[in-house]
Amino acid sequence: MQFLSYLINGISLGSVYALIALGYTMVYGIAKMLNFAHGDVIMIGSYVIFFAFGSFGLNPILSIVLSMVVCTILGVTLERVAYRPLREAPSLAVLITAIGVSYLLQQVAQLLWTSSPKSFQSVVGLAPISLFNGELTISGETIVTIVACVVIMVGLIWFVNHTPAGHAMLAVSEDRGAAQLMGVNVNATISLTFAIGSALAAVAGALLCSSYPTLQPTTGAMPGIKAFVAAVFGGIGSIPGAFLGGILLGIIENLSKAYISTQLSDAIVFLVLIIVLLVKPTGLLGKKVNVKV
Amino acid sequence: MTKLKNLKKSTKSNLITFGIVILFYIVVQILSGADLLTSSFSGQLVPICAYVVLAVSLNLTVGILGELSLGHAGFMSVGAFAGTLVWVLLCETAPAWLALILAFVVGGIAAGLFGVVVGVPVLRLSGDYLAIVTLAFGEIVKNFMNACYLGYDSTGIHFSLKDSASMGLADDGVVLINGAMGITGVTKASNFTIGIVLVLITLIVVLNLIHSRAGRAITAIRDNEIAAQSIGIQITRYKLMAFITSAVFAGLAGVLYSLNFSTLVAKKFDYNTSILILVFVVLGGIGNIRGSVIAAAILTVLPELLRSMNDYRMLIYAIVLIVMMIFNQSPQMIAWRKRIAERFAARRAKGKHPTKEVG
Amino acid sequence: MALLEVSNLGIAFGGLQAVSKVDLSIEKGHLYGLIGPNGAGKTTVFNMLTGVYKPTEGNIVLDGVDITGKSPEFISKAGVARTFQNIRLFNEMSVLDNVKVGLHNQIKYSMWTGILRLPAFRDREHQMNRQAMKLLKIFDLDGEAGLKASQLPYGKQRKLEIARALATNPKLLLLDEPAAGMNPNETEELMQTVRSVRDQFGIAVLLIEHDMNFVMGICEEITVLDYGRVIARGDGKDIRNNPKVIAAYLGGD
Repeated sequence: MQFLSYLINGISLGSVYALIALGYTMVYGIAKMLNFAHGDVIMIGSYVIFFAFGSFGLNPILSIVLSMVVCTILGVTLERVAYRPLREAPSLAVLITAIGVSYLLQQVAQLLWTSSPKSFQSVVGLAPISLFNGELTISGETIVTIVACVVIMVGLIWFVNHTPAGHAMLAVSEDRGAAQLMGVNVNATISLTFAIGSALAAVAGALLCSSYPTLQPTTGAMPGIKAFVAAVFGGIGSIPGAFLGGILLGIIENLSKAYISTQLSDAIVFLVLIIVLLVKPTGLLGKKVNVKV
Repeated sequence: MTKLKNLKKSTKSNLITFGIVILFYIVVQILSGADLLTSSFSGQLVPICAYVVLAVSLNLTVGILGELSLGHAGFMSVGAFAGTLVWVLLCETAPAWLALILAFVVGGIAAGLFGVVVGVPVLRLSGDYLAIVTLAFGEIVKNFMNACYLGYDSTGIHFSLKDSASMGLADDGVVLINGAMGITGVTKASNFTIGIVLVLITLIVVLNLIHSRAGRAITAIRDNEIAAQSIGIQITRYKLMAFITSAVFAGLAGVLYSLNFSTLVAKKFDYNTSILILVFVVLGGIGNIRGSVIAAAILTVLPELLRSMNDYRMLIYAIVLIVMMIFNQSPQMIAWRKRIAERFAARRAKGKHPTKEVG
Repeated sequence: MALLEVSNLGIAFGGLQAVSKVDLSIEKGHLYGLIGPNGAGKTTVFNMLTGVYKPTEGNIVLDGVDITGKSPEFISKAGVARTFQNIRLFNEMSVLDNVKVGLHNQIKYSMWTGILRLPAFRDREHQMNRQAMKLLKIFDLDGEAGLKASQLPYGKQRKLEIARALATNPKLLLLDEPAAGMNPNETEELMQTVRSVRDQFGIAVLLIEHDMNFVMGICEEITVLDYGRVIARGDGKDIRNNPKVIAAYLGGD
C-alpha cells in the first residue's frame, strides 16, 4: 500500500512535469530553441496566484485564469523582445540569452517579493479520498493534477491535429522555410506556441505549488530543468513524449526519494537523463532528424 | 611576408595578455608592500585568480569549441574536494610544497577524469543537449557531495551517503567530509603568488593550444563540423581535448579557491557559480581570452567596491547577458553595426580626400 | 584498375530510393562531370562518396581500398577531398588557417608539442605556412591570407574551399558546383585553374555543375543522372545530342 501511495504521488508530480514539459517540447519543436526561462515563467505565474487568491481572496479559478493571462503575455513578450532578434543566430547565442532571461525573471521576483519563501495556499478545494479502509489516502491536489494533465494533454493533441493553427504549428516544426513559402505566418505561429506553453506553465505552477506549498523566486528553476529532462526522455518535440517522459520522471523521482535517498533523488533524475541520452538520444518517442548537407 | 606578420600578430597579442597579468601582480605587490590595500581587496586576490582561470578555461569550451557548458562549477567542485582532501591528509606529514603540488595535481586529474566521463557520451550530441547534460552533471556533483560522508580510522576508510554516524567510525576516527558541512579546519595554503602562477600556466597552455595544430582543428569543428570532418579531422578526439583541458583547469581553480578558506562546502559550487563564470566569458567576449581575464578580474572586484549595488548585481548580469547576445549576434544588429561602421569610414575617407566622392 | 570504382551504388531514405544502381569509373589525371536536373541525386552521390551518407547498396573502392560506408574522416585520409554546394568554410578563421587546417593530416605534431612549443612546433608550422601559401598562390589568394574567410567575396570563397580540399593531398577531388554564382570571366578563369590543378597534382576531378559551358568545356567524360539513375554517359558531344538527356532537362518523357 505504501508503494501504491508513492506511485500515485509520483504520477501526480509527473503530471506537473508533463505540463511543463509540454511547453518545452512545443517551443523546442517549433522555434528550435531551448527556452531556459520556461521554469521561471511558472514561478511568476505562481506569484500571481499567490497574491490574487491568497492575499486578495479572488476565486481560485479566476486566479488561475488571471495567472494564465499574465504568463501568456509574459511568454509572448519574452519571445518578441529577447528571442526573435536571435532566430537566425547561432544556437549558442539563443541559449545564453534564454539563461539570461531565466536569471532576469528570478532576480526581478527577488527584488519585488524578496527571497524569503511564501507559503502557498492550495487552490484545490477537493477533499482527500480514502481507500482500502483508510490505508491509502489520495489528496485532492493529486487527483486534480492528474485529471488536469490528462485533459490538457488530450485537448492539445486535438488542437494540433484538427485546427488550422495546429496544422501551422506542425508545418513550422517540420520545415520553417517551406511553411513560410506555403503562406504560414511563422512569427504568429511561434508566438502562439509561446502563448500556449506559457499558459500551461501557469496551470502547472498552480498545481505544483498546491502540492508543494513553498514559493520563492527559485521555485520554478528545478522543476523547469527536470521538465526539460522529461521532454528529452520522452523525445523532444513530441507531445505524447512529453507526457510519458513527465510521468515516468515523476515516478522515478518519488520512488528514489522513498527507497534510496531524499538528498540524492535529484542526482538520480539527472542520471536518468544522461543514461537516456547515451542509449537513445532521440528519447522514447522522438524521431531522428537528418542533417542536410 | 604575410605569414610572418600573422604569426607575430597572435604572439604579440598573447604577450600583451601575459603583460597585463604580470603588471597586475607587480602593482598589487607594490601596493601591498606600501600597505595601501584594503583588507577586503586583499581577501579577493586569490578568488580573482581562481575566477580568471575558470573564465579562461570555460572560454576554451564556449568560445573556441563553441559548446555551452553549464557545469563548470561541477568540475571546480570535483577539483576542490579532491585537492583539499589530499592537502588535509598530507599537509602535516609531507613538506608543504610537495603536499600543495600534489593537491593541485590530484585536483586537476580528478576534474579531468570527470571531464572524460561527461564528455565521452555527450560530445556526440548537439549543443543544447551538451548544455543541459553539463548542468545535470553540476547538480549531480553538488547533490552527491552534499550527501557524502567520508572518514577514516585505524580499520580503514569509511564512507556513507546517509549521515556521519552511519559511517561507523571507531573512537579514533577522523571525519574528512561531513556531508553538507563539507571539509572543515583546512589550513589555508593558497596565496596571491600561487594564484598568479596558476593564471599564467593556464594562459600559456590555453593560448598555445589555440594557436597550434590541435587548436585549429578545434576551431574548425566550431566553425563547421561537416567541413572539418570532410578534411579528415577526428571530431570526437578534438572536442574531448578541448572539453577535458577546460575541466582540468576548472579543477585546478577549484583547488586554488578552496585552499584559500578554512571550510569547503559543496553548495558553493552550484548552478549560479557556473552562470557567473559564463557571464565573465560573455562579457569579456566569447572566444576572447584576454577579455575573459579582464572581465573575471573586474567583475570579481567590482561588487566589493559597489556594495550598495549588490542587490541589483545579478539583475544587471542577467540584462548584460541578454543585451550582449542581441547586440553581438542578432543578424539585424550585425547589419546595423556594419552600416554605422561604413558610414563612419565613408565620412573619414571623405574628410581625407575631399575631392573624391564616396558612394 | 581505375582510381575510383563505384558499382551499383544506391541509397534509400526511409522508403524513398534517392539513388540507385550508379556505376562510375574514374581514372587518375582525368576530369569528369556529373550533371542532371535539380533533385537528380548528384549531391547525394557526393555525400555517399565522402561518407556523409552511408549507402544502402553498392560498393565504392578507391585505389584498391574499400571505402563504402566508411567515416568522412577515414575517406579523407584515404584520399577523397570535396567542396560543398553551399560553401562551408571556417568563417571565423583566417584564409591561411583554413588551408593550414586542411594540412591537418599531412603535417603533424602532437598536442604537447604545441602547448610546450617544442622545437618541432616551429619547424612544422613553417612547413605548413610554406605549403599553405603555395596553395593560396595557385588560387591567387596569397594577398588575402590574413583576412577572415568570411571577409572574402563569394567567388574567392569558392576558390579557398578548393585550396583547402587540395591541402588534404587527395587522389580524387570532388567539386560541388564550383562555378555557381560566378560571372563568365570568373568561370573561365576557374576552368583554367581546375585544369592546371589536375595537371600539377596529377589527380582526378569529378565535378557537379549546372553551367553547361563549364562542364562541356572541361570534362572528358560526363555522367548524367535523373531520378537517381544514370541515364547517359559520354563526352560533351554525345551528351548534348542524347535524346534521353534532352528529355530529362526539358521535363518530357
